Amino acid sequence: MSQDIHVIVEHLRGQVADITYVAVAAARRLATGTGGGVAAVLLGHDGETLAGDLAADRVVYIDDPALADFNPEHYNVILADLIGGDPPRCVLFGDTSMGAEVAGVLSARLSMPLVSRCRSVDAANGRLRFISQICGGKILVEGDIPEPNALITMVPGGYKPEQGRGETAPEVTRTSVSPLGSGRVAFAGYQEPKAEDIDISTTPILVAIGRGIANEDNVELAEELAETLGGAVCASRPVVDQGWLPTTRMVGKSGKRVKPDVYLALGISGAPEHVEGMSDSDLTIAVNTDPEAPIFDVAQYGSEVDLLDLLPVLIERVRAAKGG
Amino acid sequence: MNIVVPVKLVPDLVEELEIDDGGTALDTTWLRFILNEVDEHALEQALLLKESLSGTVSVISLDGEGVDDVLFASSAKGVDRLIKLTGVDYGVNVNNHAMARFYATTVRILEPDLVLVGVQAHNDLDGSLGPLLAEYVGMPYVGYVSGIAPINGRCRVRKEYPGGLIAEMDVEMPAVLGVQAAESPPRYVAISRIRQAMKTAAVDEQAAPDLDTTGGPMVDSMFKPETAERATMITGDEDEVAGRIVDLLRELGKA
Amino acid sequence: MMAAPAMEAADAAGFTDSFSLSLEEVEEGRRIRACLQCAACSGICPFGYLMDFPPHKMISAMRAGMFEKVMGVDSLWLCVSCYACAQICPAQIPLTNGLMTRAKEEMLLTGSIPAELQEALENSQRYGNALGEPPRRRADWAMDIEPAVPILSKIKRPVEVLWFVGDYASYHPRGRQASQALARVLNRLDVDYGILGPEENSDGDSQRLAGETGLFEMLAEKNARAFGKYEFEEILTTDPHAFNALKNEYPALGISYPVAHYSQFLAGRLDRLQPLLTREIPARVAFHDPCYLGRANGIYEDPRRLLTAVPGVELVEMLHTRETSICCGGGGGGMWLDGFRWEKAHFRLSEIRVQEAIDVRADILAVTCPYEMPRFEDATKTVTGAKHLVVKDIAELLVDSLIEQG
Repeated sequence: MSQDIHVIVEHLRGQVADITYVAVAAARRLATGTGGGVAAVLLGHDGETLAGDLAADRVVYIDDPALADFNPEHYNVILADLIGGDPPRCVLFGDTSMGAEVAGVLSARLSMPLVSRCRSVDAANGRLRFISQICGGKILVEGDIPEPNALITMVPGGYKPEQGRGETAPEVTRTSVSPLGSGRVAFAGYQEPKAEDIDISTTPILVAIGRGIANEDNVELAEELAETLGGAVCASRPVVDQGWLPTTRMVGKSGKRVKPDVYLALGISGAPEHVEGMSDSDLTIAVNTDPEAPIFDVAQYGSEVDLLDLLPVLIERVRAAKGG
Repeated sequence: MNIVVPVKLVPDLVEELEIDDGGTALDTTWLRFILNEVDEHALEQALLLKESLSGTVSVISLDGEGVDDVLFASSAKGVDRLIKLTGVDYGVNVNNHAMARFYATTVRILEPDLVLVGVQAHNDLDGSLGPLLAEYVGMPYVGYVSGIAPINGRCRVRKEYPGGLIAEMDVEMPAVLGVQAAESPPRYVAISRIRQAMKTAAVDEQAAPDLDTTGGPMVDSMFKPETAERATMITGDEDEVAGRIVDLLRELGKA
Repeated sequence: MMAAPAMEAADAAGFTDSFSLSLEEVEEGRRIRACLQCAACSGICPFGYLMDFPPHKMISAMRAGMFEKVMGVDSLWLCVSCYACAQICPAQIPLTNGLMTRAKEEMLLTGSIPAELQEALENSQRYGNALGEPPRRRADWAMDIEPAVPILSKIKRPVEVLWFVGDYASYHPRGRQASQALARVLNRLDVDYGILGPEENSDGDSQRLAGETGLFEMLAEKNARAFGKYEFEEILTTDPHAFNALKNEYPALGISYPVAHYSQFLAGRLDRLQPLLTREIPARVAFHDPCYLGRANGIYEDPRRLLTAVPGVELVEMLHTRETSICCGGGGGGMWLDGFRWEKAHFRLSEIRVQEAIDVRADILAVTCPYEMPRFEDATKTVTGAKHLVVKDIAELLVDSLIEQG
């Protein structure tokens, strides 16, 4: 049995998910405790270079035309072989639409314990520890990562993605698999999200604008920021009343209830009717020139700068961060 | 089309959660258990399929406070069969591996065409119920599903990825699907209908097999994250503020 | 080929018949036969022009055996149960209770209701309040009041007055401020009172008026169980809807107690209250008659007596006042249908009232129903020239005028 830590690389249309970098950061921490190495396991087609900037010691690359797009059944078959054959100490996944279901099936198939919603890990005094967040982030639980092997699914928040980014490309080993037959699950294609049907109640990043946006032209700036972040613009009632955004973008008592990962509240005072619709957001950052604005009672971070000064700078900064 | 919906009741987060004296579990004195939010969607999706294709819908639950209310409300919505596994309670030491083993026993007997579960629950600590159950009963699993169209022994499902991209997949039945959202929001059922169901609907009580929690981690400490009362104010000019906001977003992997 | 539609019509008429017959099971429903089709109800309805079937058209559809058409559209949810139709009807048909509420009930049984309303109803069922707030924190608003607001389960002694606080007055930030003010007034008058705290449930009246009769009964039963545990002489309510429920609806369920709205209760003690009101409030004050105090229960004078007892207050009357007062938009489930209403109407009833208050150059818009404060305050932000208008609960004005104690 190996003391290595494996990270299953999650990728969608040529882009590695941020959660994979977070998982690599956690894996590095665990590897200091086990003395083993960190291996990134990449399943794909013509995607050998995808794992090039992961802070892993090596990459196990499995190529097959059937792996061009995610298919949980192929992942289950290949990973059961790979992990079951020579079990590493831990295998890390994202707690996501891809990782969570593969990890679950493998836990049952390989009788290997599974820790989900893991936020951070630790390795001290010969013990590997996990901290997971449950109950909508209201409760943290801690315990030993089960022996001798365990599967772990990671949630964001404990590590920055750059902690899982490496300087030099790790060595890649190609491994072959027995031909993947047509199984019980087949990938049929993608449906692109349509801009006009954006559902703000399921959008993970929201740029919310209020009365402080001042006029309709500035709404475009907010749109630009949201687009750069890969999120959507929503608003408090006065903005919608003005007709600057459709009613489908209204957050609050008379609009939609949202619970994004990030809620960037720009020029919103935070009337109870608005707060009712957004108080479940994971992280709220509020920008309002009024230091007494009630939104600051709900937000985790706040600033009193003028949002119209801030927006252009913020757009540039986000663009730079995304590009780099 | 015969569909089974195994449900999970979870602590209601509306009341403030408290940790018991042992420090490893929630204090159940004031805890209220409610149906997992996405299970409502799994149930609604099952009813929609039943209405368009005919068939039956069965709901299975473990025992515990609030379970009968959930079962009778399901019956009032149109569920045909209510099954309660007695001798095991959500409030006690049951993890998802154990729950999946319980439900697997019942699902094997019912031999449904589809098993619909909520894709996740907020207190999952050992993975979500769906993939575990699927593997125990030997069915394929696809999760984060927001649309199901059965055709010729297979289901065309819409699987959601972060950012709104949807993948379409064809899944051979029988299958377990983890539902993220039903095709229409869960329906309302009037209290008078629920009260009627209480008088007429039968709950099939079955003794649960032995509890086997193998596969989940042990918790030796439970605590609440420290939360600030008020926002931490970011000072400085717009340049400094923008920089700090980008840092915060990067910490969450959003920039 | 012609048979199918004929069959459908027969089935539909069957529904209409069974619905009409169910209406006629009670005396108030039988009065529908007396409808003159004068359309006054639809004319005075604040949303009548937007409804596919305002009251008089609903009745004519029923007479034509086509009530299923009424059930086929959702504009019925525009009804705010404000009693304007019932008030004006020359045939004295109790339209609000006898027809509109019953039609909503039918609609609700089909399971198709606006999502916001569904959420409020589910909250009421689960938590005993429409806002979905934690029941354990129902008395949190009273935490900083001195002397402490007595909670009946804690004081374990009989009281004269059981104060039924209600949902919005317990949980809404603005309602809580008004409740704190009322507690201070009661304390100054040495009223022997207590509240139920976490044992209190929503009065259920607005849920009933939104068509959820079963939920109303369930909530009433829960409240009755709590009432039954304690000794008291009468019930005092903050909310006119709770007052209406306790006075007119609970007795039919065998729950019968003397009840007063706080404006009645304080007006009855004006001899003791007035000498304490010494701080002058020099302002033009317009009073908005709440539907469930005014039209539904005929109480118009008591709130005005309290207002004019405050030195400096000049009471001014808006265009629509007393019997003709216009709903704030929150009644009949309206508190939980704002998004739906906005989609249909693109205006808010509260804006009409705020405009009327400005038209009579009021400085303060006085209210005495917890639904109204947030609605009117919100409207002062959107109505031009309304920024100066202050919205206050009568209890808050009384506290402002009370001399400091000690």
